[in-house]
Amino acid sequence: MFQVPNMLFALPEMLMLGMACVILLVVAFTGSRRTEWVYGLSQLTLLATAVVVVWFIGDGGLAFADTYIKDSLSDLLKLFICVVNMLVLLYSQAYLKARQLLQGEFFVLAIFSTLGMLIMVSANHMLTLYLGLELMSLCLYAMVAMHRDSGVATEAAMKYFILGSIASGMLLYGMSIIYGVTGSLSMNEIALAVAAGSGDETILSFGIVFLIIGVGFKFGAVPFHMWLPDVYHGAPTAMTLFIAAAPKIAAFAMIIRLLAEGLIDLQHHWQDMLVMLAVLSMIVGNVVAIAQSNLKRMLAYSTISHVGFLLMGVLSGTQEGFAAALFYTLIYALMTLGAFGMILLLSRQGFEAENIDDFKGLSERQPWFALMMLILMFSMAGIPPLAGFYAKLTVIKAVIDVDLLLVALVAVVTSVIGAFYYLRVIKVMYFDKPVVDHKLEAGSVMQIMLSANALMVLGLGIVPGILMKICSIVFA
Amino acid sequence: MFAELPLLSVLIWLPILGGIVTILLGDQRKVLKPFALGIAAVTMLLSFGLYTGFDSTTHQMQFVEKLPWIETFSIFYHLGVDGFSMPLIILTTISTLLVVVAAWEVIQDRPGQYLAAFLIMEGLMIAVFSALDAVLFYVFFEAMLIPLFLVIGIWGGPNRVYATLKFFLYTFFGSVFLLVALLYLRHVSDSFAILDFHNAALSLDEQFWLLLAFLIAFAVKVPMWPVHTWLPDAHVEAPTGGSVILAAITLKIGGYGFLRFALPIAPDASLALDWFIITLSLIAVVYIGFVALAQTDLKKLIAYSSIAHMGFVTLGLFIVFDIFANAATGSGAVLAVEGAMVQMISHGFISAAMFLAVGVLYDRMHTREISAYGGVVNTMPKFAAFAVFFAMANAGLPGTSGFVGEFMVILAAFQANFWFAFLAATTLILGAAYTLWMVKRVFFGDVANQEVQALCDINRREFWMLASLAVIVLLIGVWPDPLLDVMHASVEHLLTQVSQSKL
Repeated sequence: MFQVPNMLFALPEMLMLGMACVILLVVAFTGSRRTEWVYGLSQLTLLATAVVVVWFIGDGGLAFADTYIKDSLSDLLKLFICVVNMLVLLYSQAYLKARQLLQGEFFVLAIFSTLGMLIMVSANHMLTLYLGLELMSLCLYAMVAMHRDSGVATEAAMKYFILGSIASGMLLYGMSIIYGVTGSLSMNEIALAVAAGSGDETILSFGIVFLIIGVGFKFGAVPFHMWLPDVYHGAPTAMTLFIAAAPKIAAFAMIIRLLAEGLIDLQHHWQDMLVMLAVLSMIVGNVVAIAQSNLKRMLAYSTISHVGFLLMGVLSGTQEGFAAALFYTLIYALMTLGAFGMILLLSRQGFEAENIDDFKGLSERQPWFALMMLILMFSMAGIPPLAGFYAKLTVIKAVIDVDLLLVALVAVVTSVIGAFYYLRVIKVMYFDKPVVDHKLEAGSVMQIMLSANALMVLGLGIVPGILMKICSIVFA
Repeated sequence: MFAELPLLSVLIWLPILGGIVTILLGDQRKVLKPFALGIAAVTMLLSFGLYTGFDSTTHQMQFVEKLPWIETFSIFYHLGVDGFSMPLIILTTISTLLVVVAAWEVIQDRPGQYLAAFLIMEGLMIAVFSALDAVLFYVFFEAMLIPLFLVIGIWGGPNRVYATLKFFLYTFFGSVFLLVALLYLRHVSDSFAILDFHNAALSLDEQFWLLLAFLIAFAVKVPMWPVHTWLPDAHVEAPTGGSVILAAITLKIGGYGFLRFALPIAPDASLALDWFIITLSLIAVVYIGFVALAQTDLKKLIAYSSIAHMGFVTLGLFIVFDIFANAATGSGAVLAVEGAMVQMISHGFISAAMFLAVGVLYDRMHTREISAYGGVVNTMPKFAAFAVFFAMANAGLPGTSGFVGEFMVILAAFQANFWFAFLAATTLILGAAYTLWMVKRVFFGDVANQEVQALCDINRREFWMLASLAVIVLLIGVWPDPLLDVMHASVEHLLTQVSQSKL
């Protein structure tokens, strides 16, 4: 019997799709003359979507023949994706303008990519998930390649595209195996089939291997991390910021939908695989970051190590662990936003503040923003009373509660190693004399928002309870 | 009205907020120094309220405040003090006031941020001593590293970057294991309250690993041999204020950690491993004493003497097991733990005084090499009187506070094992040797060179700064009873906890 699907569940996506088409038309008719209009429209789209998400918060369920889900997890993640991308666009504007990259296409790609993320977040079906993932990824490839004249950017785009495609292929292969065994692509039906023990577990575990390879690629977990430093380094910083922040939130949704909802009963299979990924990511990420002199590359390796921490929450397989990983993801997005935002803030016409040495003596030239960067770096290192500490605390607690004490020990020891390179940034800012002038070209809105961003990291460190509670309610 | 006041919260947040205001005052040098001084003075006066309002008949936590903080994990903003933490808090507030006074004319580069760092440090340290929730404790324990890292890195000597990174990474490495231990204890006891940890039932294996984690965390802080190497570097490079706070208080947090965590939570493992910690303590006392003898840098010498003195603290805490094994009565054990506590407080004041004294010399001569001095008594007689007095206290002269703690621990050690006492007592010789030799080379003899000839004696500010410390050191030395009284009930309680096996 035909049922009218509950369109309201997908209202944010529909709104965004409609607006993306409008923006596309505006771009087509105004060319590069009216980029500020396009910028405003894009921000408006994100804001409107966020408002719609908040408006319909609460009630949830399945729609579109069970391929689509709206629950408190999707609400929370969508809200964060929209807010994070609003900040990304805000931080990027001046930077892109100075490099003649502020073209309408950027905004069109950004909005479409955001749409892909939203679809991933709401996917209850492997095909929906895949569709969202590809929509997001293809836009990201194009964004990296937008700086056509730059050799590094083109190389990064190529690498990103090829490795990303391989990852997608792996993911599809894994999905097809799961489909072969359980006879379904829908998450709940897969979960039911697995719980009933109807499929061969060996074959299912093969499927899981490929799924995890795919997810590992998208996250940038070791040993599938090779693309990440090159892309972060090669892409224009604004694009790096875009890739680094919101897509990780979407990737988190992907891993939760696949493993925690679809394949939770096979936890004993995927737990060990994730332990390997997490431990390797933390070690490689933190150790290799020490050797980097380029801040973007350093942050890329730091991302790898954060992914390792985040996976610790997921691999614990408990509701509390998923909540911890969610908390970690959100805090990570906030910190990354701030750190790359700081690079964007200090860059100006013809000068990229992307080497660690470019921050020399920042505390004398720009004491306020040096303090903000100090907060962000200490937070990434996991020093209380900053938000990054509670993120680490919750995931470490999650693994200790499932008796994976060794993983917890690896985590804390590597975080000491990690502290070294974050401290080096602080050392450069506070203990060295300035060599370059740190004039700011960015507008006051960006300065205020960036400060708010960093202060939020401090604020969430003093009162982390509320966000933690929200995260645990999502998985309750 | 005074009873209603959440005194501990005020003590924690007043200096922290004061510090933030001091940063915001920025370059208004005229205002910010009196302001910082005022905050430090008010905090100190308020902290005396802890002493006057303290009930020394009970080991229960007093001035308790408990508010929910992170409800998801039932983490509380839970504060309270007992006989161990209360004296340490007063030590903290007094030291901070002295640091502010010591910085008055000396710090020219960004004085606001310097004073702010110490005010914020003060709040954090008081919070460490009064936190009764494990996460709260850990948060403040770690947060303390940030201001100290900046203080050494910004206002330190030529090799400051190396020293401050070493300091940070060393202590951070130690404390992450503490985090794992605390989370494990939470897993076992289903609570984050430190007092609930004390009652957690733990097998010997669990206790062993927990004790190891505590040992790594707190041994680095104390610091015990062989993880002490960060301390001389940090001290030499730190500005005077940094050295004072480092020696007077952060080292005590290590000793406090043993009292609050290691002994009551893992008594059986402590019993099993006491020989190990006693050995390390005796090595600290004897070997580091010799190392101190060989130093040519004033601050390094005091740094090494700090390590040797802190050896008495860990020795006093862990010989109680041998005393229990030997003697029927527990009086020797009480002596040992109280001796360790007195030693902590007294070392806090004496080392602060010694570093301030070195600071006075350094401000005038800009060198800490012992060989650059000689005959200082001729040009700075008032200062020399103070310095010699503090040196004597450092060597454990009877009548000063330095004598009380060491004597109590040595006395108790005789009830444990003659050789422990014998080795510990060598400090009376070694300590006298390195301090008196230093005094001879720096202060006595003929005037060594032109610079010494040109020295002018201490001004009023420096005089009162040193005089107040001298009074405290004498007071504790001749009349330690008020100090012993407040901690007595807590020591008795600790010893009952320690003597009861958890197995």
